[in-house]
Amino acid sequence: MTDHSQAKSGVSTVGLTDNSTGMSYLDNAPRRFLTVILPLLVFVFVLLFPFYWMAITAIKPNHQLTDYAHYSPLWVVGPTLDHIKYLLFETTYPHWLWNTLYVSFCATFISLVTSVFAAYAIERLRFHGSRWVGLGIFLAYLVPPSILFIPLALMVFKIGIYDTKLALILTYPTFLVPFSTWLLMGYFRSIPYELEECALVDGASRWQILTKILLPLSVPGLISAGIFSFTLSWNEFIYALTFIQSSENKTVPVGVLTELVRSDVYEWGSLMAGALIGSLPVVILYSFFVDYYVSSMTGAVKE
Amino acid sequence: MADIAAHRASPSPFRAWLSRVGQGRHLLGLLFLLPAAVFLLFFLTYPLGLGVWLGFTDTRIGREGVFIGLENYESLMGDSVFWLAVFNTLLYTIGASILKFALGLWLALLLNQNLPFKSFFRAIVLLPWVVPTVLSAIAFWWIFDAQFSVISWALIKLGLIDHNINFLGDTTNARASVIAANVWRGIPFVAISLLAGLQTIPQSLHEAATLDGATGWQRFRYITLPMLSPIIAVVMTFSVLFTFTDFQLIYVLTRGGPLNATHLMATLSFQRAIPGGQLGEGAAIAVAMIPFLLSAILFSYFGLQRRKWQQGGGD
Repeated sequence: MTDHSQAKSGVSTVGLTDNSTGMSYLDNAPRRFLTVILPLLVFVFVLLFPFYWMAITAIKPNHQLTDYAHYSPLWVVGPTLDHIKYLLFETTYPHWLWNTLYVSFCATFISLVTSVFAAYAIERLRFHGSRWVGLGIFLAYLVPPSILFIPLALMVFKIGIYDTKLALILTYPTFLVPFSTWLLMGYFRSIPYELEECALVDGASRWQILTKILLPLSVPGLISAGIFSFTLSWNEFIYALTFIQSSENKTVPVGVLTELVRSDVYEWGSLMAGALIGSLPVVILYSFFVDYYVSSMTGAVKE
Repeated sequence: MADIAAHRASPSPFRAWLSRVGQGRHLLGLLFLLPAAVFLLFFLTYPLGLGVWLGFTDTRIGREGVFIGLENYESLMGDSVFWLAVFNTLLYTIGASILKFALGLWLALLLNQNLPFKSFFRAIVLLPWVVPTVLSAIAFWWIFDAQFSVISWALIKLGLIDHNINFLGDTTNARASVIAANVWRGIPFVAISLLAGLQTIPQSLHEAATLDGATGWQRFRYITLPMLSPIIAVVMTFSVLFTFTDFQLIYVLTRGGPLNATHLMATLSFQRAIPGGQLGEGAAIAVAMIPFLLSAILFSYFGLQRRKWQQGGGD
């Protein structure tokens, strides 16, 4: 299991064949600084600046937010927690956080369970037409939510789950199942078939093979699919915007945009605090599982 | 394996049935596929068909529609806002994709060098892609503020301009701004995916070429690029599809304004269907995206490279 996960993540950490250090030693230091270090630092600065801006705005007192003449916008004098307190105690923000967590968790769970079965069926049982089903799953992944939200809104309304969390839990798997199935298919493919053949010869049923051999071996793949699905659900916007009406059922992205922006006065402090706190859970999850995350992202486009 | 054998020996009827089903892998395959298939048929295939049908009706919110043939499409044909949205979508997709590809490839090449803290850099570079688009777009909304933009402030301090830039209020600026925000979010995906491809190119090829006198550009042009092209095709197909159908960023930053200059097909479809109540017309606009998406998929499928990923892999 360990060397399997290494093989999977090995692609993203070291080169495939040789271990030579490359030819970077041929470059001298100043040239290397100009062509590599400097551009990289510029990239990192541009990519991270919006987060810094979010964070610094979230803790700025209101009078400093728009007073660039007396205070540098890049720094804060006497940081305050007022915006965050306002958000947590005077708005429905905690509700939105809970909703997002609940919806993402349920949708991820449903998707993972169905995807494991589907991927096993397509990849290992190889029934009639499994290749076509595989292609169908891939095409399903390419169907964008912005085409589906109008008919789905109509369906959600007719079924009678409009403005409930259930509407989101049932619709999010439309983009999670194809993705997770695709990822797990690739993962199952990398597990030696001989292991299953041995078990079959020893008289194990398919169910036993799946639960006692394949699933324990694919824990890294399951983690990848799981955290990626969770992040995708957490970030989803258009379904949540369309299917949810009442404030207490909204998710964080929708709530922040529709409830914290009132009339003409933008309260940038609380908006940025809302954006920051709403991003933290996925960022924390991401920081613990960087390698799984990268392997699931690249795994989806490789193969 | 002993406990597996023990399990099998237990003669419960359920087990017996299970093992019978287990023998026929076709039956079992369909059984295993059932949950996913039911889900996708009901919540993906059916709505897709329903969407196409809605495009031929005059359905509104709260009122069943009747079949009106191509009327929605005929009225869209003469609708200048629709054509502007098509133009904007193409401009947005092409502009953002080219920038994402160029900058993403550059960043991937930089990250592929031998650097201290390499994995750390790789981890933080991916952050823009991890955080929810809407939330980072709200940060951009504040960065692009007409009066208190930090970019304007910095440029004025540096003496490059003398008054605030009206980022989202002017048509050209607004288009450039939303493309910039989209590129910001898209670079990490392209870069990290291409980096994974770059790391599979053996260093020895570069060393051999250098010994033969190849310049840096020649090594890039004749080794890196050809070996990377399959993965470039896949990554850019995904990138184009996601950019073309983008909704969130525009909805946060401009809602299609000013003067519809940043309305994409997805945002126009939403605006007509949900706040406007014209579900039929909105669906027609959404359906009008399908030919573009199909041609992008077919282009990458036939034009670029036939590869395993497109057919379920395996053999």
